[in-house]
Amino acid sequence: MTRLLLPAACLGLVGSLGAQVTTAPPLATAPALTLPAVDTARLPNGLTILTSRNDEVPLVSAQLLIEGGARTAATPPGLATFTAGMLDEGAGGRSALELAEAVDFLGASLGAGAGWDNITISVSGPKRTFGEAFALMADLVLRPTFASADVARERAARQAALLSAKDSPGQVASRVFARNIFPAGHPYHVDLNGDSASTAALDSAAVRTFWHRTADPRRAVLIVTGDVTPAEARQWATTQLGAWTAPAERTMIPPAATIAAAPTPATRVILVDKPGAAQSVIMIGAPGVDRESPDYPALEVMNTILGGSFSSRLNDILREQRGYSYGAGSGFSWRPVPGPFQASSQVRTNVTDSSLAVFFEQFRRIRDEPVDPVELERARNYLVLGALGDYETARQVAGAIGTSVVFGIPLSRTAEELVAMGKVTAADVQRVARRYLDPTRLTVVVVGDLATIRPGIEKLGLGPVEVQEY
Amino acid sequence: MRSILLTLLLAPPLAAQALSVPATVDTLANGLVVIVHEDHSAPIVTVNTWYHVGSGSEKSGRTGFAHLFEHLMFMGSEHAPYPQFDRLLEAAGANNNGSTTEDRTNYYESGPRSALALMLWLEADRMGWLLPTMDAEKVDAQRDIVKNERRQSYENQPYGKVADVMPPLLYPSGHPYSWPVIGSMADLSAASLDDVKDFFRTWYAPNNAAVVVAGDVTRAEVLELARTYFGAIPRGPAISYPTPSQPTLARDTLALLEDRVQLARLYYQFPTVRAWAADDAALQVAAQILTGSKTARLTKRLQYDDQSVTFVSARPDHKKLAGDFGIIAQAKPGVALPGIQRAIDEELQRLASEGPTAREMEQARNVIESRFLSRIQTVGGKADQLNGYFYEIGTPDGFDRDLSRLTAVTAADVRRVVARYLTGPRAIVSVVPEGKPELGAVRREVTP
Repeated sequence: MTRLLLPAACLGLVGSLGAQVTTAPPLATAPALTLPAVDTARLPNGLTILTSRNDEVPLVSAQLLIEGGARTAATPPGLATFTAGMLDEGAGGRSALELAEAVDFLGASLGAGAGWDNITISVSGPKRTFGEAFALMADLVLRPTFASADVARERAARQAALLSAKDSPGQVASRVFARNIFPAGHPYHVDLNGDSASTAALDSAAVRTFWHRTADPRRAVLIVTGDVTPAEARQWATTQLGAWTAPAERTMIPPAATIAAAPTPATRVILVDKPGAAQSVIMIGAPGVDRESPDYPALEVMNTILGGSFSSRLNDILREQRGYSYGAGSGFSWRPVPGPFQASSQVRTNVTDSSLAVFFEQFRRIRDEPVDPVELERARNYLVLGALGDYETARQVAGAIGTSVVFGIPLSRTAEELVAMGKVTAADVQRVARRYLDPTRLTVVVVGDLATIRPGIEKLGLGPVEVQEY
Repeated sequence: MRSILLTLLLAPPLAAQALSVPATVDTLANGLVVIVHEDHSAPIVTVNTWYHVGSGSEKSGRTGFAHLFEHLMFMGSEHAPYPQFDRLLEAAGANNNGSTTEDRTNYYESGPRSALALMLWLEADRMGWLLPTMDAEKVDAQRDIVKNERRQSYENQPYGKVADVMPPLLYPSGHPYSWPVIGSMADLSAASLDDVKDFFRTWYAPNNAAVVVAGDVTRAEVLELARTYFGAIPRGPAISYPTPSQPTLARDTLALLEDRVQLARLYYQFPTVRAWAADDAALQVAAQILTGSKTARLTKRLQYDDQSVTFVSARPDHKKLAGDFGIIAQAKPGVALPGIQRAIDEELQRLASEGPTAREMEQARNVIESRFLSRIQTVGGKADQLNGYFYEIGTPDGFDRDLSRLTAVTAADVRRVVARYLTGPRAIVSVVPEGKPELGAVRREVTP
């Protein structure tokens, strides 16, 4: 059935042919940002519980953030993400399949993963079965199996995934980019998931040891959001995680401040060959900036103008004006140990050199010229007013709380930073561009058909050109 | 059949009352439908517009045109010339985008409620006054961008070529679903300014569109704005939609692609039924039972028991005119596809003869019910679904009706639809590493 089958009586009830309105209507007064309220509690074993209620939909979600992600001192690389992935492959006396069946039966979802700083175990589901779903999550934390056969199966799956990643030019570019920006010894030199050699070294003993030393309630925060009261969250946590004890020996997590900043060598170009590719993947960047920097609000505004929005300069020129690409952008990876600043695009093979020239022109331009007032106002509003949509769902609220935990920044700081972004001036933008975006100290990675693109790239004279394998 | 005992013991209904996203429907004199859902929980709003045209309405030799046209809708209109559309919205703190399928083209703007009037005005200006500023240069510019999109999403992606190869294996030549939404490079090159004008006049009339406004707004203010901005747009000519037809296959159809990939992949696609046809719901439940969780039939067999694949997934794609059911399996390194095929066929055959267990049915129902709840968490998600239900069944708040038909599916229904649709002839595409055609799938010797 379609709308054409609407009864004829419905038609013509509302409105009549009027005149067209030829000017854009003014914006109404912008609504104020209301940050979610968060209740804090602590169990005797040190576990922190943060609860934020949103009972619009009868769903609850809980995230257990445990310090100790991929940047710990534990080896081999990839151990943290692999261990996290093993948690729901058998726990509490249930096999992987039995566990999955129990979770599905509750209409819940349960999973675990790891980033650079944390392992996260997440469970979400309907309010009425959430107590049972939460108990299954506690099994993952306290009673994971790590059976050799399961480890072997998941290790083979990871090897296959690593192999498959070589087929995707975007993934190849990301990995080559990271290993060149960050030197050996830096946590970001190797991929989150390690490589095939480190994967081969993963076994049940390594996984078990890592988990026992990492799963420490004193280093964990439980974030509960959705249709839940703080009392209910405390009750679940006390019942299921109250007996969680601290390990005798803890995984070493080097404080972020002790990680030496990555060097910023003179601009160089690294090429990876993908014969016959229809497009080239371009990634350009450098080690990024500390999230605690007072320049954070100005950097976000600068990046929004450069490549952080559809109307940004990089997208506007590379996509809209020149037609070289389907899209282009840039951004800072904000992490406690600063991630990279990165500008990227996938461009038609025969305009690879011209596209690189555009990137460098725009890096220089945002340093050399003050930004236009209209452009500045647009970027500030895009960030400040856009933030009003950041706390709509329980998942978004949990994510915002999690970010504040990871950085050790209170949620209320968000409001202050938005006020600061709203006051960023053209001089601020130019100052941070000059300070943090130096075109003479960038690493350029291009994955594409080298026979076609190499001569043009060399002619640009950006810096020494080197070919790497991946 | 649904076991009453199990239901009572284990699974009271997730939603105590009927699932509902209340929405009002009003129709302007020019035929434009305006649907409003008030949700005052956050100070945000979404304007979501569907035009009832997609790649299925394209003329021969112009594949990909509906999607190219979607891009042109961002190229400025008489009173908001390019590039005002994006710039005005960003300056108001709003995001926007569009997408095209076989059946429809949608556009949305999302942001603070203070941008409501701007969103509606921009949407109205391009609905009414797109052509005065349209020219060949704009068509050329977006044509290049769409070609780049095609390169990025298909040509330069592993397995991306399947998107071109699969549709004509399943749908007969000339069927509206026999070409991919992105279209061919040659047809994109052939699109002209006249095509743009014709397409706009035929399909982009207010009487072929519905605007959903969801969020921190009132029906009265939305209708007032809608009348003011859209009211002067004239109704378009009567529209003739493509005629529904559900093709079947007499025998397996087969294609083998050698590609620069490390792992071989098997793609199955079975002809099934249109969206909301009698067997649509049972096929959706069947997909859940086949690959919806680790314990699902195909996932358990291939990933956990045989350990022959890195993943397997089943997806029913029931569109307005016809439906199909896809299964994709990615082989472990060096594993040949015929063995995977055999295992999949065995499991489908087993499900067709024995049917699912009561426990599998209960599990599937619970997962499906939860999924409905998570779909109504955002105003953006609700707005698009309201528009979807309005297009498909003529009423925006179809959530309860949709969930009810899914939870009413019995084990016997699943068994019957698997037997009827998923054990017969199918389209098969193998993607294998270059130089290894011997890994490819095979056609069944005897057609059932």
